[in-house]
Amino acid sequence: MIAEFGAFLLALAFAATLLQVGLSTAARWRGSDALGGAAQGAATAAAVLLALAFAMLIQAFVASDFSVENVAANSHTDKPLFYKVTAAWGSHEGSMLLWCLTGALFSAAMAWTRGPEKTFRASALAVHGGLNALFLAFLAFTSSPFARLAEPPVEGASLNPLLQDPALAIHPPMLYLGYVGFSAVFALAVAALIEGRRAGEWARWMRPWVLASWALLTLGITLGSFWAYYELGWGGWWFWDPVENASFLPWLAGAALLHSVIVTQRRGALAAWTVFLAILSFSLSMLGAFLVRSGVLTSVHAFAVDPSRGVLLLAILGVSAGVAFSLFAFRAKLLVREDANFAPVSREGALVLNNLFLTVSVGVVLIGTLYPLMLEAVTGEAVSVGPPYYNLTFAPLLGLGLTALPVGAMLAWRRGRIAPALKELKWAGLAALGALVWAAAVLGLGEIGAWLGATLAVWLMAGALWEPWSRAARGADRAGRWRRLKATPVAVWAMTLAHLGLGVFLLGAVVETTAKAQTSDILMPGGRTQVAGVELTLDSVGVREGPNYLAEQAVITARRDGRIVCRVEPERRLFPHNGQMTTEVGLCFQGLDDLYVVLGERRDDGAGRGWTVRAHWNPLARLIFLGPLLMALGGILAIAAWFRRRG
Amino acid sequence: MRGAALILAAALLAGPVAAQEPPPPPERSLSDPAQEARAQALFRDIRCVVCQNESIADSQAGIAGDLRRRIREEVAAGRSDQTIKADLQRLYGDFVLLKPPVGPRTWLLWGAPFLLIVIGGAAILMRLRRSPAGPEPTGDGLISAQDEGPDAA
Repeated sequence: MIAEFGAFLLALAFAATLLQVGLSTAARWRGSDALGGAAQGAATAAAVLLALAFAMLIQAFVASDFSVENVAANSHTDKPLFYKVTAAWGSHEGSMLLWCLTGALFSAAMAWTRGPEKTFRASALAVHGGLNALFLAFLAFTSSPFARLAEPPVEGASLNPLLQDPALAIHPPMLYLGYVGFSAVFALAVAALIEGRRAGEWARWMRPWVLASWALLTLGITLGSFWAYYELGWGGWWFWDPVENASFLPWLAGAALLHSVIVTQRRGALAAWTVFLAILSFSLSMLGAFLVRSGVLTSVHAFAVDPSRGVLLLAILGVSAGVAFSLFAFRAKLLVREDANFAPVSREGALVLNNLFLTVSVGVVLIGTLYPLMLEAVTGEAVSVGPPYYNLTFAPLLGLGLTALPVGAMLAWRRGRIAPALKELKWAGLAALGALVWAAAVLGLGEIGAWLGATLAVWLMAGALWEPWSRAARGADRAGRWRRLKATPVAVWAMTLAHLGLGVFLLGAVVETTAKAQTSDILMPGGRTQVAGVELTLDSVGVREGPNYLAEQAVITARRDGRIVCRVEPERRLFPHNGQMTTEVGLCFQGLDDLYVVLGERRDDGAGRGWTVRAHWNPLARLIFLGPLLMALGGILAIAAWFRRRG
Repeated sequence: MRGAALILAAALLAGPVAAQEPPPPPERSLSDPAQEARAQALFRDIRCVVCQNESIADSQAGIAGDLRRRIREEVAAGRSDQTIKADLQRLYGDFVLLKPPVGPRTWLLWGAPFLLIVIGGAAILMRLRRSPAGPEPTGDGLISAQDEGPDAA
């Protein structure tokens, strides 16, 4: 019954979404408040109905109703309750339902936002409803999570053990909030084109949606990266894999957008460009969904692959992006304000430069991701585009852009001066120089890329902190400086945090990649090995029974100079229902460094007797994940600043 | 039933059983750290051809281990990075190289970054030359004097 009820709710939600489109269009046409209110109701109803449908799916998982195909394929009675719930979005169908639910929630939120002018809001709601309807139709007609099996199995096939992990359980919802959040931005941009409104107000209404989507996407990607780091057991956190790139593309475009929309909001300039980026960001989100689900690209994260559904997703992408870009081609000039001029050296100019680098990065990553596909289609030849390509193309681009960042962030609106900015930044420059010497000495002279990266990271961090520091420094006495620091606008703190986070991330990434150490040994209990000055002793190996797995667990003590640093318990888990093995890394946080221990298989051959123990020393690895968290926090603070201004 | 599953699981965990393929011969790092570093760098540039999308440095697959051993032997034998890569390329095609070779088929790939930045930069320069000059700077031309954040009127 639950499943039928869920399917029924899906159909109702589809109808409510169509109503939202119709009523919003009519409200816009007639200028009718009553119709506008009805559209608001329809958007709310769609969100509530989808939330209920999602609850039905979760209930089917919790109750282990294996007559539902999706539950039978992705769940098992043995699984802990938490993973029964999260399995609801562990498959293609379930995650598509989550996508639709997120879309409907954004629609409802847009419908209830006070402020935007009624006609503008009605247009945006109609466009957004249209997008939601496309995805809902795709869900209901090709990927229903509520399909029944004629002969239900006694037991389910269980969820991929790799997905039974807390970080990966909340990674998809975060990611989808980000992806789908860009659909709201897309709708607002298309509404601006439909209304032909000149820059200003609409950019102000677009900005919090951009910030929220980007911040959530940042969190989602970081969680995914952290999961790869400790669950796959290689110690890697970014592989330039097509699926990773698929999430990185909208992130880069969104980063460009969140900068350009500031210029459009505040100065009325770059209006057409901002609208273009808004359309691009969501188009790239949809492209990501297509790439991940269609199986056209090989990936370590291959997920719910089905070519025939892929074609439909491509069609949705083609229709919505096609309509939006055509509209852009014909109506973008209506948005442009002629009076919004600025000198090349100015805050606006700096943000244009930022957008140049970010947009070219989007192009490079897009071409790198799709090139093997295109080449194979044209010539039938296979080629691989891996990390070395991105290190040679993306990294220099990023380096150039980041070098200019601290200076650009100091320039005044309309027209600035570079010399005073450089003078202000002399301490940041000195800090960067110090980092250069340190990095060359510690990381080795041969690692040019690494010491340039470390220098850049310190330059960024010092430059970011300089802004609040210099504000405070203008105070006469201690109390005055404190007062000035407290008076620093929240928006400035937001920028400081985000740019600081970028520097923090870069430092971690560069140092971890260059200076990490690894050792691999075969040990019997009592045996010892060493990595980066830490001595590891394999104390014991035992078998532990988990809720739906059996684990071989090692107890390993780490000592430095005879003192116990920490104790880790890495595991190998066997999931008998899937016959799949996973590794649970033993992670030991040493300040900002990670001691990372993996338990391998037992051997008894020419190599030796005992268990394979692999230990990594990953210096500053913590910063790699801390940096993006700071960036996301910066985005959230910027939203807070936006609301404060409004109130 | 559950007991049987546990025994089976314990047997699987305890080590390689007969049904599995025999464990690969052990991998030993090269004794010369400089050579080992060269080998490690090569591992990151070579794709594990049967894997979804991994370099042989990351992969646990059997063929990745074979290739790592082969490369270590060749490095130890004093062969250059180029010849090692060229041999692998002959065996497995361009697909095995994570850094695609520059050639007519990849001109667009390698040229794209330069092309994009030149086109983008030129477009911006043309725009700036067309638009009228901005106003005179206020104060020292720094943001801190005038800015209260993007939401200021």
